[in-house]
Amino acid sequence: MGMTMTQKILAAHAGIEEVHPGQMIKARLDLVLGNDITAPVAIEEFNRIGANRVFDKSKVAIVPDHFTPNKDIKSAENCKLVREFSRKMEIENYFEIGQMGIEHALIPEKGLAVPGDVIIGADSHTCTYGALGAFSTGIGSTDMAVGMATGEAWFKVPGAIKFILKGKPGKWVSGKDIILHIIGMIGVDGALYQSMEYSGDGVGHLSMDDRFTIANMAIEAGAKNGIFEADGKTLEYVSEHSERIPKIFKAGADAEYNRVIEIDLGAIKPTVAFPHLPENARSIDEVGDIRIDQVVIGSCTNGRLEDLRTAAKVLKGSKVSSSVRTIIIPATQKIYLEAMKEGLLEIFIEAGAAVSTPTCGPCLGGHMGILAKGERAVATTNRNFVGRMGHPESEIYLASPAVAAASAITGKISSPEEVLG
Amino acid sequence: MIKGRAFKYGDNVDTDVIIPARYLNITDKAELASHCMEDIDCDFVKAVKPGDIIAAGKNFGCGSSREHAPLVIKLSGIKCIIAESFARIFFRNAINIGLPILECAAAAKDMEKGDLVEADIKTGRITNITKGRTYQAESFPEFMREIMKAEGLINYVRKRGKGL
Repeated sequence: MGMTMTQKILAAHAGIEEVHPGQMIKARLDLVLGNDITAPVAIEEFNRIGANRVFDKSKVAIVPDHFTPNKDIKSAENCKLVREFSRKMEIENYFEIGQMGIEHALIPEKGLAVPGDVIIGADSHTCTYGALGAFSTGIGSTDMAVGMATGEAWFKVPGAIKFILKGKPGKWVSGKDIILHIIGMIGVDGALYQSMEYSGDGVGHLSMDDRFTIANMAIEAGAKNGIFEADGKTLEYVSEHSERIPKIFKAGADAEYNRVIEIDLGAIKPTVAFPHLPENARSIDEVGDIRIDQVVIGSCTNGRLEDLRTAAKVLKGSKVSSSVRTIIIPATQKIYLEAMKEGLLEIFIEAGAAVSTPTCGPCLGGHMGILAKGERAVATTNRNFVGRMGHPESEIYLASPAVAAASAITGKISSPEEVLG
Repeated sequence: MIKGRAFKYGDNVDTDVIIPARYLNITDKAELASHCMEDIDCDFVKAVKPGDIIAAGKNFGCGSSREHAPLVIKLSGIKCIIAESFARIFFRNAINIGLPILECAAAAKDMEKGDLVEADIKTGRITNITKGRTYQAESFPEFMREIMKAEGLINYVRKRGKGL
């Protein structure tokens, strides 16, 4: 039987010829990742194992990004613990405030994820690196602890859904609209325990930033991972960011899929997911009149340079509505600096938006933009669960940077075409 | 053998309602557990008794990878979760920390709040004593059973001495 991309990568890392869906394997890890929320628990478990060093100092990455810069004393204590552990273990890829970024934007940027890798991260959005043709998946703190100690993790080999992307996305349609459309189609458990593998001529029309966004939200369909076959764009990205050698795995021609779904990219419109599930997707012309109080542009889903460029294109020369608090968060220091050099930050500040240092902050209701009871936000983040950004009676509408920026100007959920024509 | 009263929830119970992120800076286990299920069922913490179980619909534990979610459920005294299906990270986290879970759509669907339920983790046999019905849950692969027998992945790794 032919194997999918994911199955081939897992077989290679388990040191076996072939794997089949449902098989339990132990795989060798190329990177183990954690953050300031999950690493403290992992460190406690790591100590319980009795390990006194990590399996490879260059293959562990720790990024304090969630409640940082430290939002309160408890967060500061957690970060201190993580920092001291990283020093003691001589972890090469610990990224302090000032060098850090939101982990899933930072790891590819630092060249720590390349095609063919197996990566686990104690953060559900670790699936982001599938954009590079790596197998990467979110796990918990105990898996992180065991991964740091042994360099291995257990996996149940997943089956896959194949998405054949066709055609070219229209103006103002981005990776975010595509993935919200897909989750709307298959549901929040539509890819449960499975891989989402993307192929087709449409992939060539997607930038790396689009692909990162699409792979990032695989978890929102319940998937184990989302993965794109590496192409010219991938290799160009990798050669610009990493000295490591990529290994390209292609799905077998006779690979078996649980489902094959064709997506016409040209037919997708800007898409918004209504509260309180990412599957509640509606195209922009079905949204109706929804007044909003806050806009957040950022996160591991949509805080990359292209996202900021799109937001700036919409906001340039305009002012955000006086009733909308607009918060823009570049995902890494490098993106922040680039945005400054390109004049994007000036456009944001002139428009009346707040611009912040990289942090996951508002996405998970941590800090830097919490909602009060009854308030509504349009966010380029990834989850709109009850209470995710603050009060349990607040609401989050997930959208692309273009829709979020347009909505900031009008004060209601809007298409960028409404603002720019 | 586990025997207790059931709490019942619907589909897609996410980790943000199981333990809201605003509490993830807390390291004291008892304090963390005092917020278990807060945004979906504010009476849960007051009502739960050691040995109780949770029954739920599809995709239980979807969302974040935070291990705090199965942990607070375990700390609250819940001895088993029976769901139609589990989100995959929650599934592995529960196994890794030694919180018994069973996947059984029929048992989960039938169960109502307050039902007295008996569950045998080894065999996957579930008995709803209140309703007088029995069910068979999906069986686990050998490797997962080994982890569960060791009451979690850390103990499993420690017993093996080296490697996974």
